[in-house]
Amino acid sequence: MEKRVTFKGWILPLILLLPQVIVSAVFFFYPAGQAIYQSLYIPDPFGLSMQWVGLGNFEYLLGDPYYRASFATTAVFSGLVTVVSMGMALYLAVLADRLIKGSGTYRTLLIWPYAVAPAVAGVLWLFMFNTRVGVVSWYLGVLGYDWNHVLNETEAMGLVVVASSWGRISYNFLFFLAGLQAIPKSVIEAAAIDGARFWTRFRTIVFPLLSPTTFFLLVVNIVYAFFETFGVIHTITSGGPQQATTILVYKVFSDGFVGQDLGSSAAQSVILLVVVGILTVVQFKFIERRVHY
Amino acid sequence: MSGMVEKRGVGLWFTHVGLIIGVLIIFFPIWLAFVASTVTQPEIVKPPMPLWPGDQFFANYRKALVSGINAPVAVMLFNSFVMAMGIALGKILISLMSAFAIVYFKFPGRRLFFWLIFLTLMLPVEVRIVPTYEVVAGFGMLNSYSGLIFPLIASATATFLFRQFFMTVPDELAEAARVDGARPMRFFWDILLPMSRTNIAALFVILFIYGWNQYLWPLLITTDPDMNTIVMGIRQMFPSGDDVADWPVIMATSILAMLPPVVVVVSMQRLFIRGLVDSEK
Repeated sequence: MEKRVTFKGWILPLILLLPQVIVSAVFFFYPAGQAIYQSLYIPDPFGLSMQWVGLGNFEYLLGDPYYRASFATTAVFSGLVTVVSMGMALYLAVLADRLIKGSGTYRTLLIWPYAVAPAVAGVLWLFMFNTRVGVVSWYLGVLGYDWNHVLNETEAMGLVVVASSWGRISYNFLFFLAGLQAIPKSVIEAAAIDGARFWTRFRTIVFPLLSPTTFFLLVVNIVYAFFETFGVIHTITSGGPQQATTILVYKVFSDGFVGQDLGSSAAQSVILLVVVGILTVVQFKFIERRVHY
Repeated sequence: MSGMVEKRGVGLWFTHVGLIIGVLIIFFPIWLAFVASTVTQPEIVKPPMPLWPGDQFFANYRKALVSGINAPVAVMLFNSFVMAMGIALGKILISLMSAFAIVYFKFPGRRLFFWLIFLTLMLPVEVRIVPTYEVVAGFGMLNSYSGLIFPLIASATATFLFRQFFMTVPDELAEAARVDGARPMRFFWDILLPMSRTNIAALFVILFIYGWNQYLWPLLITTDPDMNTIVMGIRQMFPSGDDVADWPVIMATSILAMLPPVVVVVSMQRLFIRGLVDSEK
């Protein structure tokens, strides 16, 4: 797309671009270049010199059971967050869509957890399930279930998944409700006249028509689970127990800042860059398609 | 016309009950945090804690705001406010400028700049933390507002949003401005900017929340408690080791941390939804 009418001159546009170009160069491109550069070296133990290792850091990482485990953890974590937050949101959106009036009120009641930071959500859920003072863990204890996410890996994963999904329900609900309301009522009524019951209508008409929204949310939620849930994990489990909740982004942080293993952390950054690149391309390809619907 | 597929009678009640259960589940963690922020520490550490607010509201919030644990929460609120405003306004400003340059001018290297900006989409701060930290440290910007704001300010999303909007602005307007001999910046100020008002406001809502809720970046670069933002400062309030956390103060801080963005979302719901939908296009 091009504008037919444009202004003359090239100095003014360059001046206008300058701030964004400088900020991008200094805080985006230079650090990204540095990450690639550092990923090919290992610093000596005293930090005095860098030794070229080629793809050694990558080879080491891909053979490292901890790193592979972190990949698997990330897959499980983001899969669960996506399914839980989208499932809950779809359920609520389908209900709200059935209302003739009042769906606006529920929307107001349901959207605002979006504004709660993942790190704050982490603190709220940590408080409920705290092994010493948590209300939910206490009542679970009364029921005979001994909750301890500090030691139990499955419980730790469950807790970070629920805390990460919680605020995300708002976002998914909003898009699902908009998608549902865009489906012409006449189509659904025609099916109803033909005697199709709610579940049949949902399965054969509503869900297929909703698929552009669903695919879009799928990608966006995976990106969210990959990159924006750091706060939840850092506040609730710090990646533990035994690295059971160490997702890739958390590992870049813990290896780079806590472990000071710069070469490995940089190589992990580069791998994540590739992952983001793929997700971005998928997102754009898909959104282009969506525009043509 | 009321359709025949909407539920009436018993079905309608089930729909409401289903929704209310959902709302209650979503509200519960916040209700509990609020209750915890209004009771005393002994009431919490001897479980189960009460589920109805106590009478310590003013005492707990005053303690949090005035003295906090590492730093007064009032200071952290101010830091968060500066950071969120800086990121939101800064992003909007540089994106408006660059989108205007890319859409309304033809100059050598235009495509190159466009792609350079596009590439920054792929570089979330989480991915480049170590080298970005080194850059910021090299500039001596640790524990400073500029260190909190600038690395998060370049945004391809905002630039694309404005670019998309500028493309829909009728060419006749720029044509008329040119015929009248108006300079480009005059056209920008007098015509383009007023037309973009709603888009700017919608984007502001989204960016303010984005900036306010940052966690990893402030965690890395603010080691001085007086520079902590509230969202990252909560975690710093937990004692290391086996000491018992001061839950009433921590929960009061959590409520204070979520209040500003929640107020923004609820009071500007229309702009918020528009911004959310726009920025995902």
